[in-house]
Amino acid sequence: MTHAGFGPDLAEVFGPGQHGRPHDGGPELVQLLTPEGERVSHPEFSFGDGMSAEDEAEMIRGFFRDMTLTRRIDTEATALQRHGELGIWAQLLGQEAAQIGAGRALRPQDYVFPTYREHGVAWCKGVDPLELLGLYRGVDQGSWDPAKYNFHLYTIVIGAQTLHATGYAMGMQRDGVVGTGDPDRDAAVIAHFGDGASSQGDVNEAFIFAASYNAPVVFFCQNNQWAISEPIERQTRIPLYQRALGFGFPGVRVDGNDVLATYAVTQAALNRARDGQGPTFVEAYTYRMGAHTTTDDPTRYRLSDDVERWRLKDPIERVKAYLQRNGLADQDFFDAIAGEADDLGARLRAGVQELADPSPLSVFDHVYAEMTPELQEQRDGYAAYLDSFEGAH
Amino acid sequence: MSKITLAKGLNMGLRKAMEDDPKVLVMGEDVGKLGGVFRITDGLQKDFGEDRVIDSPLAESGIVGTAVGLALRGYRPVVEIQFDGFVYPAYDQIVCQVAKMRFRSMGKIDMPIVIRIPFGGGIGAVEHHSESPEAQFAHTPGIKVVACSNPIDGYWMIQQAIACNDPVIFLEPKRQYHADKADLDEGATPDPLFRSRVVRRGSDATLLAYGPTVKTALKAAEAASGEGRSLEVIDLRTLSPLDMAPVYESVRRTGHAVVVHEAHVNLGLGSEVAARISEECFYSLEAPVLRVGGFDTPYPPSRIEEEWLPDLDRVLDAVDRSLAF
Repeated sequence: MTHAGFGPDLAEVFGPGQHGRPHDGGPELVQLLTPEGERVSHPEFSFGDGMSAEDEAEMIRGFFRDMTLTRRIDTEATALQRHGELGIWAQLLGQEAAQIGAGRALRPQDYVFPTYREHGVAWCKGVDPLELLGLYRGVDQGSWDPAKYNFHLYTIVIGAQTLHATGYAMGMQRDGVVGTGDPDRDAAVIAHFGDGASSQGDVNEAFIFAASYNAPVVFFCQNNQWAISEPIERQTRIPLYQRALGFGFPGVRVDGNDVLATYAVTQAALNRARDGQGPTFVEAYTYRMGAHTTTDDPTRYRLSDDVERWRLKDPIERVKAYLQRNGLADQDFFDAIAGEADDLGARLRAGVQELADPSPLSVFDHVYAEMTPELQEQRDGYAAYLDSFEGAH
Repeated sequence: MSKITLAKGLNMGLRKAMEDDPKVLVMGEDVGKLGGVFRITDGLQKDFGEDRVIDSPLAESGIVGTAVGLALRGYRPVVEIQFDGFVYPAYDQIVCQVAKMRFRSMGKIDMPIVIRIPFGGGIGAVEHHSESPEAQFAHTPGIKVVACSNPIDGYWMIQQAIACNDPVIFLEPKRQYHADKADLDEGATPDPLFRSRVVRRGSDATLLAYGPTVKTALKAAEAASGEGRSLEVIDLRTLSPLDMAPVYESVRRTGHAVVVHEAHVNLGLGSEVAARISEECFYSLEAPVLRVGGFDTPYPPSRIEEEWLPDLDRVLDAVDRSLAF
């Protein structure tokens, strides 16, 4: 049904919504490597231009290594939660390509604002996975120095970090590190968030600020189809990337399970930002193969058919197939990566147990730049109270 | 009579309220098919349909703001904020809109909205999942704030809150959801919603608690009785308005009062309770009113949360200090 004066029926443009979700992401999906491991071309985005064949192969082998090790961090952490070593874990299973593609497109001077699931991006930025485990073990709330890695602390309140990212990008503008033409100087920010977060006021306000100031920020949305139990249709009736246009900047939907396409699209978006052309919305179309967190049970709200269909689009398998089919990696390579993953897993298992509980008195540290007299008094009182138990048991 | 948990009591109470009044709606993140992350709304969407049990977009200001509109249209929305620390995007809607609508309209508009918030710590969660924001709402005129502490109160209080024509912040101690069971008599007559209740009689000192710390206070009283000390325990139940008459009666007998909550001590509910006791019971007091609560720091990493939260020992330590004053 159409209504005169309001243009075409949206259902005709975008499909019927609720039951019409295209599993393939629709014709607008930017893809450079198919689920079967075939390279395909795209009119606007490409991977490897200007690189030698060997450099390109080396880069793709690097992606394979990054994704494999990131998946091992994830499966290892999930197991550690089951064994009681972690309080909770937010799994990234299935989203490795989206995160490695985005993470590897960053330059050292670029700055990342993650959610609580960006373990792959953290990997790319050099954050030790054990530091991620500390948060989920409950011994700290993020122990890494954000300025050291240009990787902000994980943000748990949904979408709040998109405004921080925009403000940080506004700071970069004022520091004169945007649009100078010097690739070692020009910088950008990437803000990670999910499909659920796209409903939050903060995220929409971030879009408005970024557009208004032409801030050098890439809004990188991993649409993994699920916000805990709620499917993407609860958050939006149009493809998410198309929202960007309404805010006044471009949006693109990329195959988030295709590391080559994600890398190419993110790099192009970051380049726009670094060059002073403002924000871009990248919708990485992917799937949350695991639960929301280890406390969640997705069998209560989604069909295994859906999961199985996405398993065929596995981000790592397609790269492996490509490397093998084209003779770009031999069995020794895959064995070496597997061995490295085993070593990493062992290091995490051993290391997590050495993440000691903080002292109860440490809670008084860092509440203010300098301890206030009344907080000092509270701390002293609690210390004396704790001392009163010495020898009592 | 049936044995129920707090989670079950709340679920049954919501169900009863929905059966009794077709205008009652449930809305929030994951409350439908999943039944809520704590399963408090389990089965409600299946039985009452998607029009009455609404999975909302992931946006707390949107949840509360649209509840205002639904209330204006004659509905009684019961909205769930998934965790205490996620209520703040809705804070503006709650304090500027929900709380003031009756006053602004000079009594023409009711805001019969219940905002359910699982609150408090002790579940080993990451940050923003263990907080006690009650004072931030109790400080706001126009909204009422209650906290249930046990399965039976969960069943009755949620129904009473839904029936209330004022907006109610309904705090549920998440640590208690599945902790204890109690016998529910659905034919009983419940206490009124805005009443505190003496839950253990005693004569030496009065412990005042609500939500998760009622259990802590009862355990402390039990331990103290082994040492020959008789502690009275009052479950405040309603935080705004406060129901102080039973508190004054008790403190006039015992001469000692200790307030226990998980929230930060500074400007927490205990501050108001202590001030009122000193105003009304000054000549009966044999010691200053003491407050035991979370320290004035952000909520700690979970591995030390049990040290941060007031426990039996810290309550008894305060009782000792009061009695030795």
